[in-house]
Amino acid sequence: MGEKPKLKAEAINLYYGGTRALGDITAQIPERSITAVIGPSGCGKSSFLRLFNRMNDLIPYARTEGGAFIDELPIYAEGTDVTALRRRVGMVFQKPNVFPMSVFENVVIGTRNHGVKSRAELEMTAERCLRLAALWDEVKDSLKKPGQGLSAGQQQRLCIARALAVNPEVILMDESCSALDPESTMKIEELMLELSREYTIILVTHNMEQAVRVSDMAAFFMIDGDKVGRLVEFSPTADMFYAPKDKRTEDYITGRFG
Amino acid sequence: MRKLKGDLPERLFFALALSSISALALITAFIFIKGAPLIAKVGLFDFIFGMDWAPGQGKYGVFPMIIGSVSVTAGAAVIGVPAGICCSVFLTEFAPVKMRNIFRPAIQLLAGIPSVVYGFWGLLFVVPAIRAYLGGPGLSILAGSVILAIMILPTVISISEVSLLALPRQYKEGALALGMTHWQAIRSVQLPAAKSGIVAAVILGIGRAVGETMAVIMVLGNSVAVPSSLLDPVRTLTTNIGIEMGYASEEHRQALFATGIVLFVIIMALNISAQYVVRRKTK
Repeated sequence: MGEKPKLKAEAINLYYGGTRALGDITAQIPERSITAVIGPSGCGKSSFLRLFNRMNDLIPYARTEGGAFIDELPIYAEGTDVTALRRRVGMVFQKPNVFPMSVFENVVIGTRNHGVKSRAELEMTAERCLRLAALWDEVKDSLKKPGQGLSAGQQQRLCIARALAVNPEVILMDESCSALDPESTMKIEELMLELSREYTIILVTHNMEQAVRVSDMAAFFMIDGDKVGRLVEFSPTADMFYAPKDKRTEDYITGRFG
Repeated sequence: MRKLKGDLPERLFFALALSSISALALITAFIFIKGAPLIAKVGLFDFIFGMDWAPGQGKYGVFPMIIGSVSVTAGAAVIGVPAGICCSVFLTEFAPVKMRNIFRPAIQLLAGIPSVVYGFWGLLFVVPAIRAYLGGPGLSILAGSVILAIMILPTVISISEVSLLALPRQYKEGALALGMTHWQAIRSVQLPAAKSGIVAAVILGIGRAVGETMAVIMVLGNSVAVPSSLLDPVRTLTTNIGIEMGYASEEHRQALFATGIVLFVIIMALNISAQYVVRRKTK
């Protein structure tokens, strides 16, 4: 875990139309670490995650107040290049969203769109990223086959390879194991631990054991009485799970475990 | 008694469904029975590749009409397909809701305009414009292609639009999350993902263009000759039947049915390939 914060949220308020989804969120995500975001359904975990690659922009009438930063650079400034931001902040979704094309094309599609045309270079990227995603040995002989023919676990690792191919610094994972069997989940957890040496990972998860197994930091979100998602506690994972500071965190964690 | 009651509606619906299928069977059988003897007499090769159509002299070669149909349809596709696909992309991806709510019914309305009106408009507007600006008689492949391009738009647009709208939202999100621009996401993820639906839209649009008669009769000039430029008049398979049916008798009449057989085979082939493309996608 690096010392420097990679991502920062400062007094973030997020509104969907007239509804306030996130209230006054301030957090610093350390670089080269895994931060788990936990909390009950509908508490704004995904909204918090999508803050950092501006995927909330896709929702009509969504409005963000406050400041979010990557390496001190404002994410919500007037002239922010959103496509450049999303190249730095990759994302893996809940359900594997492999495109209806070959395994190879899936991995290189981002690279290709960012201007790399040379076949040799694309092939190198594909191999490097599939190796990083621990998928190379399983697909190296079927790169031309449709990506959607792979198993769900393989598809999710393909999505990780695809995200890695555009050389991100941060990877956002939105419950990326929730649609997978335990064995595939294990593989992806190992992969996350491996990747966290180079990348900053934020992981939304409903699985407390998973949070404990993989994360360095944990953020606990909860809905307030006024239906606004708030960051209740943000601390090193061990501290949160074995010595929670907030009563609500303790209730949630013990309820979940017990 | 109860069983009988329950069966009654079912049987009624079955009978009605059967009658629409049998209409297809009847028409097919009819044109083949009427037309096949002439093809047998002239010979299939000479009928299809014969250059002369002179019913008075017993010469029945439809090759110039096949060229006519193919050239007018190809012209319509070249103009209408890109326009239609672009329009469907615009409607699904860029148009604000209000604009979409105006465009969509307007395009549906385009499908409701009678073909004779298209033809009349073409004769009074497109034909003189071509004559004035590009030369030639005006009655030409180009005039027919322009009219047909407009007529196939509703088919191309609505089917492409449906297949674009049917794509899972996750494709677009995934593409944007990789740092692609909206246009890159459309070009390299969404359009390829909707490819089979769009191909089907194009094939059905082409099928409609091949089969259109009334509108093109009025703007093509209808001379039986292999054209040498886009500004030459041509006759299509459909217009050949439309023009001569009124006064044809006996062998001549059979020859028109035989023309219908050629048309029928082309359109069947197009429809079957459209269905094949769509079915391959759902697998």
